[in-house]
Amino acid sequence: MSFKHTFETYNWDALEKEIYEVTAQDVENVLLKEKIELEDFKTLISPAAKPYIEQMAQRSNAITKKRFGNTIQMYIPMYLSNECQNICTYCGFSMDNGIRRKTLSDAEILKEVEYIKKLGYDHILLVTGEANKTVGVPYIKHAIDLIRSQFSNISIEVQPLDQEDYETLISAGLYAVLVYQETYHKATYKTHHPKGRKSNFDYRLDTPDRLGKAGIHKIGLGALFGLEDWRVDSFYTALHLKYLQKTYWKTKYSISFPRLRPHLGGLDPKVEMTDTDLVQLICAYRLLDEDVELSLSTRESETFRNHCIHLGITSMSAESKTNPGGYSVEPESLEQFEISDERNTEQIKQMIQSQGYEVVWKDWSKSYVAVH
Amino acid sequence: MTTDTLKIADKTFKSRLFTGTGKFSSANTMREAIIASKSELVTVALKRVDLENKSDDMLVHLNQEHINLLPNTSGVRTAKEAIFASELAREALQTNWIKLEIHPDPKYLLPDPIETLKAAEELVKLGFVVMPYIHADPVLCKRLEDVGVPCVMPLGAPIGSNKGIKTLEFLEIIIEQSNVPVIVDAGIGAPSHAAFAMELGADAVLVNTAIAVSQNPIDMAIAFKMAIEAGRMAYNSKLAPIKNQAEASSPLTSFLNDLN
Repeated sequence: MSFKHTFETYNWDALEKEIYEVTAQDVENVLLKEKIELEDFKTLISPAAKPYIEQMAQRSNAITKKRFGNTIQMYIPMYLSNECQNICTYCGFSMDNGIRRKTLSDAEILKEVEYIKKLGYDHILLVTGEANKTVGVPYIKHAIDLIRSQFSNISIEVQPLDQEDYETLISAGLYAVLVYQETYHKATYKTHHPKGRKSNFDYRLDTPDRLGKAGIHKIGLGALFGLEDWRVDSFYTALHLKYLQKTYWKTKYSISFPRLRPHLGGLDPKVEMTDTDLVQLICAYRLLDEDVELSLSTRESETFRNHCIHLGITSMSAESKTNPGGYSVEPESLEQFEISDERNTEQIKQMIQSQGYEVVWKDWSKSYVAVH
Repeated sequence: MTTDTLKIADKTFKSRLFTGTGKFSSANTMREAIIASKSELVTVALKRVDLENKSDDMLVHLNQEHINLLPNTSGVRTAKEAIFASELAREALQTNWIKLEIHPDPKYLLPDPIETLKAAEELVKLGFVVMPYIHADPVLCKRLEDVGVPCVMPLGAPIGSNKGIKTLEFLEIIIEQSNVPVIVDAGIGAPSHAAFAMELGADAVLVNTAIAVSQNPIDMAIAFKMAIEAGRMAYNSKLAPIKNQAEASSPLTSFLNDLN
């Protein structure tokens, strides 16, 4: 059994219809409930719930404070490679983009780490494209081995892997894996991923199951907003989350909210997601789940990020570079996408503190992994 | 006014309020709230501190003579991981006290009784003063006592929930049966909850979220201190019995007076 079985019992069009037919009365009924369930999540992300956004935000704020306190966890991405054998219509690293390809050497990785450590980070996210010959499991494992002594918490956002591969990486010290389905609309998925291993929708869909079976500490989920209707995609993401929480109950989960950003050879979003929409979604997730980590990257603007701290967000990156070597090795090379919030780490830290929140750099001990 | 101290292993505590270090808006607020609470035992998550760094922000802020640090193993999922983490903490923080928290479930952070018992037994043998965070399970408390823990820390409600003493029936049994101090560890959301736990006969309570997340953590810390002192004093003074029914104005047995 895997999520695929659950997934196949739902129908995209039927869900879309349900979500768009929600009434104000439905929203008011749900907001009176103490426990918000998956069915209620549909109501909270519906257009009908938009006028209730302040009420949702107040509740999200209170729940988040109770569970996570007055804190924001910081992390930073480090791109290891932009080599990629997939064609993804929206991505700057897509195989058919004529950019110069680069994979960091050991010395370059260490140079980037040296720069990142000076900024204060202790949780790092390693990112690659999908190039199995040069940036396969051995490369990723080697990179983890190389940097393990310098970070308490190492996550990856790379191609989906087999369960045994995840087991190998977990015993090397891997804490979390981020794997976004991009869209749960199978036909649209095929359109945007016409070539390469990523074109296999089902293999990607069951990746969190393989991670759960491998015993990973944390799985990050999300949909790429812009490819399809964000409401239906978010319902599927929430469905995925609830399925995983029940099945792999020892694993933590996080949700990210990537919206399509401009990049070279870029794609215009099919369905626009406004800032109000995104706030509504963040709050809806928090009302559905008190414990899920909600993460907001530098894709979002300064003003938006400043305010989202109070709305349910629990972790943030800052000063991110989305090109391999972007911090110190080759600052000028081509990015995967342009970030929006360009403030440096110190500025973000001060912004968070000035709003009465503590910046958390370290919230894991690598010694917990060393036992196995 | 009489005050009594609490002894656990080799330490004597004047304050029966134990506190935590998570969720505060800044290290300074945390420090001030903890000082105001007069707490002498403060738990700190190993995963939040940098044991290799003597100038770790949290540790520096807790460097007070009257504050004993109680490292906790939050984040571990098995007995094996807990033992390894405890040994690291002992070496780095120079204390053999450990708050044993094994919650493989990251959602409600509910403690695993099987792994906790296994780890407690081993850690006691290794010379640790083990304070185990557990469900309000009276049998588990006795089993832990048997392996040599100097106190038990049953939960009042899920950690961080602020719901109060939801495990009342079981806490009463634990308090009645225990030969070691009983510290109510989680779920206490208001000073009244803490006072209630103390009136029941708990030996101490541990409060973190309710102080850290309040609008004014320093005042809230003082409120908890006062509530716990009040609750303890009431317990020591023996509460007057609760009357479930009023005394009848036409007694059924008064005829016996005439017969005798």
